[in-house]
Amino acid sequence: MNAEPLLIVRDLHTTFATDAGIARAVDGVSFTVARGETVGLVGESGCGKSVTALSLLRLIDGAGRIEAGSEIILEGRNLIALSEREMREVRGNRVAMIWQEPLSALNPVMTVGDQIGEVARVHAGASRREARAKAVEMLRLVGISAPEQRATEYPHQLSGGMRQRVVIAMALVMNPALLIADEPTTALDVTIQAQIIELLREVQQRMGMSVLLITHDLGVVAETASRVIVMYAGEVVEESPVREIFAAAHHPYTEGLLRAMPRVGATGGRLAVIPGSVPAPTNWPSGCRFRDRCPYAWERCEREHPPLYQIGAGHLSRCHLAVEPERRTHPHVPLAAATGAGAGR
Amino acid sequence: MRRLLAARAAQAVVVVAIVATIVFALTHLAPGDPFATAIGTGELHPAQREALRARYGFDRPIAEQYVMYLRNVARGDLGWSFSRSRPVAEALATAVPNTLLLMGTALLLSLALGVAAGLVQAARRDSAIDRGSSAILLVFYSMPDFWLALMMMLAFAYALPIFPVSGMIDPVMHEYLGTWGRIADRARHLVLPATTLTLLITAAIARHQRAALLDAARADYTRTAKAKGLTGRAVLLRHTLRNSIGTTITLVGLMFPALLGGAVLVETVFAWPGMGQLATSAITTRDYSLVTAAAIIGAVMTVVGSAIADILTAVADPRLRER
Amino acid sequence: MSAPLSEVDVAATTSRAADTGPWRLAMRRLRRDRVAMVALTVLAVFVAAALFAPLVAPYPPNAQPDIVGLARVAPSWSHPFGTDIFSRDVLSRVIYGARISLGVATLAILLAMSAGTAWGAVAGYAGGATDAVMMRIIDALLSVPRILILLLVLGLWGNISLPMLVLVLGLTGWFGTSRLVRERVRALSKQDFTLAARAIGARDIRVLWRHVLPNALSPVIVAATLGIGNVIVLEAALSYLGIGVRPPHASWGNIIEDGADQIGSAWWIALFPGLAMLVTVIAFNLLGDALRDALDPRDERRP
Repeated sequence: MNAEPLLIVRDLHTTFATDAGIARAVDGVSFTVARGETVGLVGESGCGKSVTALSLLRLIDGAGRIEAGSEIILEGRNLIALSEREMREVRGNRVAMIWQEPLSALNPVMTVGDQIGEVARVHAGASRREARAKAVEMLRLVGISAPEQRATEYPHQLSGGMRQRVVIAMALVMNPALLIADEPTTALDVTIQAQIIELLREVQQRMGMSVLLITHDLGVVAETASRVIVMYAGEVVEESPVREIFAAAHHPYTEGLLRAMPRVGATGGRLAVIPGSVPAPTNWPSGCRFRDRCPYAWERCEREHPPLYQIGAGHLSRCHLAVEPERRTHPHVPLAAATGAGAGR
Repeated sequence: MRRLLAARAAQAVVVVAIVATIVFALTHLAPGDPFATAIGTGELHPAQREALRARYGFDRPIAEQYVMYLRNVARGDLGWSFSRSRPVAEALATAVPNTLLLMGTALLLSLALGVAAGLVQAARRDSAIDRGSSAILLVFYSMPDFWLALMMMLAFAYALPIFPVSGMIDPVMHEYLGTWGRIADRARHLVLPATTLTLLITAAIARHQRAALLDAARADYTRTAKAKGLTGRAVLLRHTLRNSIGTTITLVGLMFPALLGGAVLVETVFAWPGMGQLATSAITTRDYSLVTAAAIIGAVMTVVGSAIADILTAVADPRLRER
Repeated sequence: MSAPLSEVDVAATTSRAADTGPWRLAMRRLRRDRVAMVALTVLAVFVAAALFAPLVAPYPPNAQPDIVGLARVAPSWSHPFGTDIFSRDVLSRVIYGARISLGVATLAILLAMSAGTAWGAVAGYAGGATDAVMMRIIDALLSVPRILILLLVLGLWGNISLPMLVLVLGLTGWFGTSRLVRERVRALSKQDFTLAARAIGARDIRVLWRHVLPNALSPVIVAATLGIGNVIVLEAALSYLGIGVRPPHASWGNIIEDGADQIGSAWWIALFPGLAMLVTVIAFNLLGDALRDALDPRDERRP
């Protein structure tokens, strides 16, 4: 892409104050999203991907904050520097976000039409009639039949798949440049999942929108994204074009994720599992944060925190194997298991 | 929606029947009888008493009395009040509207103030305003109703003689006042009792509303609303409030029996000629017909109140309409 | 492997869990809550004063030393709460009144909680038709206004003894608790540790008593603490109306009744017992709120 990237995230740090100390949920994350591109953000729960998404819309509150020095540049503007009012003009307008569970994401006492129309009233100053018309139009766009009727119904009257379509419709009202989708299909049946993914792809192409798709499901990423960013322990650990990651993942964590994917047709054997668990965000381990669960780790990994090495074109990996690749050919038992030390906490 | 109404109506009838039965049982189990007071004052000769008992059916077997009683209640024939020398229905007809006036005023004011207070507190959670008002609300919430009534009387009728001490109208002057004068007179007399009730009910509502708002604020749809670019105030009013007001209305419905009790006490303190006064004097004079009727009316008011609350809640929350 | 799990082991595990588990944690949280500790102290002082009334009260509560000269005296050094129309010292009466008011309320609440817990536990554990019937009865009972029944019973029966008053108050107040307990018991009886106990052959009653109930009790305790204030005020109201505690017993309610008709001239008679009640109820409410938070913390922590 020669054009200026739509979104540049530079050195994002988001922390939370907890009983057990400061949790560094997002610890120096940087990435870009180009116009019209779909980027997959992948990782286990607890890796910081959802917090990253919330940070992009500055929806972090309560005990959390985005640390100074973080930069989120959307269409040339640093969102961190905006006032709350200016930020409100961005939310739902230039950037929209959808979540996992549509039933709880929708207000149960407002009609679907009112909720969709609300976006138009807030950002485009639409009247009630205009907002309702827009809502009907959006419902039709996302493939809901009898949209005029549906618009007068309440969320609990619709099926799960329809509700997620409504959520998507709500997000698209103002034709946003970026759609952030946080596990949009996880709570849905497999068949509905496929429909929603198809819908997202269709809509994206039609509107030239960029999509940041957050998921733990690599399969979904394979179908829709052009680039993948893998997160672990609050950091980006690998970034690469989609095809390459499936063909030749570099970071041992990504390898582990791929191996843990159940494959249709694969017979027998146990599901490969990454031993141990994610460390606590209040206490990231020194050096490489994955070392306790990594089959290849050696003493350098404990001593030195790996930077993002460039592996190939558009392919980055936060792993010392990039400079000492010979270490990969002798997989041995992860350090933690060998010494008997508990993994994770 | 229609099914909801039908269900609540049926429930209402059942409750009134239960209350009527309980009242019947209690009045007939209790020592003494309706004519005891009259005899005590030497008005009645024992023979006359037997005649009266026969006339009112007190000598028939219990079961028969019960059936007669239920039939009368269903027909609306509530009997004769000894202590007031008028038909019970008449005594009630003057008393019930007065209680409704008092309770109605207090309820409406309390709802408005309570919800507003809860909103302000939730919007400025943990600020000085929030904490300060929480403390004040707690004090009123914990206050005994009749004591507050007495203190209000002390402060604003005796110490600062701004308002009348008791009653509903000025016993002497009311007749001679013009229309506006009469309205003003009634209003002046309404202030202290209504304010007492309002302070107490508002405290309960505000405490609940604040908690309900904070609960609703934790819900996912609040996050969605913020992500759509709504201002904090719009989120509060258009989303969290609409979702939490249903619980407040339900609370008011549940509180009806207690509200009635509160009204009874406040009326007694201020000698407000309503149901409460009626009931307490009927009990002390053992005017059984009046007691019975008052109890039944009380039950009816409670049931109607909670039914209205249920219906309003269904209006507020469409998920409940399916039932 | 080691010896098969015996009943003793299961019971021991449960009670040890109760030691280090949620209860200990809750108590620790409670102790950190300063407001709750102040409330607890205030209540302790009141209870102590009530218990040791003969030692604490400056005068006997019913003594009428000088009806002519010492009646209706405003608060002063010798009579901090003043005297009433019979020249009785109001402070002493309030202290002795605490005995009755607090005593009646405590016993009534204990009765109500026991009855409600028993009913709710049986209903929740039994499930099925028994549960349905028992709860329908509760629904019917709950729809009857409590104040009505109290007015009727106490009004119609005339001179009621204190134990009877406690009984009536207690028996009209247990319905809500039974619902609460039934919900908890139902949820708990589906959980694994109950199934485990039954799997090793423990009899139902035993399971209920030793495993399910201790866990179901926490909302009951919170409800009791928050509810006792209600009962105190209820008894006072009934006494004020003349149908609760009657002379010569002094309860806060009937002292206020004494003072009611002289509110304009001898305001102290009605003021102080009410104030005592107010402080007590506030303390119970604060304590109850704190207990609820300690047993079930929901708020996010702020930095």
